[in-house]
Amino acid sequence: MSSPKQALAHPASSAEAAPGTPPGAAGGARGRGAPADADSWRGRFYRWDTKAAPYAFVAPFFVLFGAFSLIPLLYTAWYSLHNVQLSSLDHQTWAGLDNYRNLLSSDFFWNALKNTFSIGLISTVPQLLAALGLAHLLNYKLRGSTMWRVVMLTPYATSVAAATLVFTLLYSWDGGMVNWVLHFFGVEPVNWRESDWGSQFAVSSIVIWRWTGYNALIYLAAMQAIPADLYESAAIDGANRWQQFRHVTVPQLRPTILFTVVVSTIGATQLFGEPLLFGGVSGSKGGSEHQYQTLGLYMYDQGWIIGNLGKASAIAWSMFLLLLIIAAVNLLLTRRLRKSQ
Amino acid sequence: MRTSIRRSHRLMALAAVAALTTGLLAGCANDSDDGSSDNSGGDGSGKGEITLTIGTFGVFGYKQAGLYDEYTKLHPDISIKENVTTRTDVYWPKVLTRLQAGSGTDDIQAIEVGNITEAVQTQANKFVDLGKEVDKSQWLDWKLAQATTKDGRTIGLGTDIGPMAICYRKDLFKKAGLETDRDKLAAQWKGDWAKYVDLGKKYMKKAPSGTKFVDSASSVYNAALGGGATRYYDKDGNVVWDKSQGVQKAWNAAMTVATSDMSAKLKQFDKPWDQGFANGSFASVACPAWMMGYIEQKSGDAGKGNWDVAAAPTAANWGGSFVGVPTAGKHQKEAIALAKWLTAPEQQAKVFAKQASFPSTPSAYAGLKPAADTTAYFSNAPITQIFSDSAKTIPTQYFGIKDQPINSALTDVGILQVEQKGKSPEQGWNAAKNEIKDVLGQ
Repeated sequence: MSSPKQALAHPASSAEAAPGTPPGAAGGARGRGAPADADSWRGRFYRWDTKAAPYAFVAPFFVLFGAFSLIPLLYTAWYSLHNVQLSSLDHQTWAGLDNYRNLLSSDFFWNALKNTFSIGLISTVPQLLAALGLAHLLNYKLRGSTMWRVVMLTPYATSVAAATLVFTLLYSWDGGMVNWVLHFFGVEPVNWRESDWGSQFAVSSIVIWRWTGYNALIYLAAMQAIPADLYESAAIDGANRWQQFRHVTVPQLRPTILFTVVVSTIGATQLFGEPLLFGGVSGSKGGSEHQYQTLGLYMYDQGWIIGNLGKASAIAWSMFLLLLIIAAVNLLLTRRLRKSQ
Repeated sequence: MRTSIRRSHRLMALAAVAALTTGLLAGCANDSDDGSSDNSGGDGSGKGEITLTIGTFGVFGYKQAGLYDEYTKLHPDISIKENVTTRTDVYWPKVLTRLQAGSGTDDIQAIEVGNITEAVQTQANKFVDLGKEVDKSQWLDWKLAQATTKDGRTIGLGTDIGPMAICYRKDLFKKAGLETDRDKLAAQWKGDWAKYVDLGKKYMKKAPSGTKFVDSASSVYNAALGGGATRYYDKDGNVVWDKSQGVQKAWNAAMTVATSDMSAKLKQFDKPWDQGFANGSFASVACPAWMMGYIEQKSGDAGKGNWDVAAAPTAANWGGSFVGVPTAGKHQKEAIALAKWLTAPEQQAKVFAKQASFPSTPSAYAGLKPAADTTAYFSNAPITQIFSDSAKTIPTQYFGIKDQPINSALTDVGILQVEQKGKSPEQGWNAAKNEIKDVLGQ
């Protein structure tokens, strides 16, 4: 932790030193014969440069953020208060809160919310637990440790489309590999795409497969920053490996765990690609009974398949509000955690 | 010294950021070349002064039949680029937004039959009136009517249509003890899809192990619906889906399939469906002309000579497309000429010869010749004859603005629940009803 801090501190301190008259920089300029009072154009430019450059560096992000996030966000809010059809974008009629009222009374919306929550839960919890375990194993001295770490990251590097396509084949009802294996244990073939829990489990498994390695590497990085003397003193006190993991590793990782929980929760709320592609043709319905239609899918179905952009925008804003609530809850939890420490 | 180095670093970083930003922006502006696009066509000579772009979905067969090359040879100053978006549900929203933005459209834009009413009723002023440019009598009346507005502007020229037949596996039918002669079979189910379904019950009694009679209940539904007098909307554009005779009959036939054991329960155009063709896991499929190329491709060599074609119970149409010229295009005159040429009877016949997509211009029917390998693949069935007969008696059907989402509610929700989740037909119907309410915003 100490080295990046130093690296950060270094340019900052020298930048602070620059605008004032003192040492090397100004001296060098004087040496070249130019009258180097602060009013010279070069000095003024220099002062302006040091002040403006940081803004110039961060500006691209904010320009892009404005163009691709803020304006669409506000525009979506505007749309959500109107009746807008995809086929007649220029004929908008004011609808007030109708779209939102419509959502609150729609079974499909509540169903999508419920699915988002349940799929999020059964994909995030096992995924983070498995990642923690894997990271712990990777933290031991291993032969070929770099290889193991790279292998962990491969699923994350695979495209959603490719991964989902393979999983769809594995889970196919007739002749899929999963049912073939189950058959040896005497289990009846499961219709993974149409059954209620089966489809949610299948979608979750794709998410788990893709993100476990990614989270494991984050945990691993945090684990390696835990001072070795903590383990040594724990060992002297007679703690075994498991006790060390529970009483040293996990508490030390608390901020990291919280970070991954927040990121995974946001990811789960926005889950879209996996269920869409898993559904194949007409995937935006999320199964014939909408059994795995997430909020993201419902929004896509309303907006781009049915063409009701006003309602789709209302869904988008509901999702946004939901994320704000999640963020607020997380903030509260973090504060609590800090106080308890 | 140190400062100047630092400053030059900073400048370099600034330059890098600027380069990245412009790169990103350019990447966004240029999204017509996304992963699903296939930017080829033309003969690649690059001599063309004008590049016309044509936006399509799925396989249109123009490139496969060599039409772009041919056109470039006839008009050396023009080269053609095809932008393919494979999925219609991705293609159409993109076209709609671009039409309304007035930019980013291709010079020629293909329109699926399920979307043509929406285009006619809401986007007519965004398309060139092609009716003035062509001899309208070339097309089948109902095909022309579908792309014509109330005030007589024709915004799209018909490409193919989807006259219906039944494609069946002779070898499997024989093992199950059914008739294999195509004329006798056609006579057995003539007039009613229910008779075809009844034959399925007979098939299942002695079905070769691991095979079913049809691929899915939805395919029977779509085929039967395409022959009914009414679909989801009446002539005046009112939604009548739940009172429509055509829907009722098709639904009943599909329910017989879904509640019996005769369906392989596959979803059309899904990966497992493709595998079903390859493994020969179903014995027959309702087969509009454009599906023949698909069957040939997915069944592979194992199916060669085993497939045969018989006339469908009723004449019906399933699918087909149009090409329109958006007014926002840069090369309108050239685009009109190309659209006209591509949809002329001679060219439609060439596409049929390659791709078995059936022409919407009757004058082409006399000279139609399917490709030799297609004929051999389907046991030398007289496919030209079968499809022409069907095409001539297809009823005029009226489509509506939300035709596609309504259809998808009935097949992907209603029928699927009965077929794959064991729900009762009433439950399936009610589920579809709820879905359609949502679609129509009621």
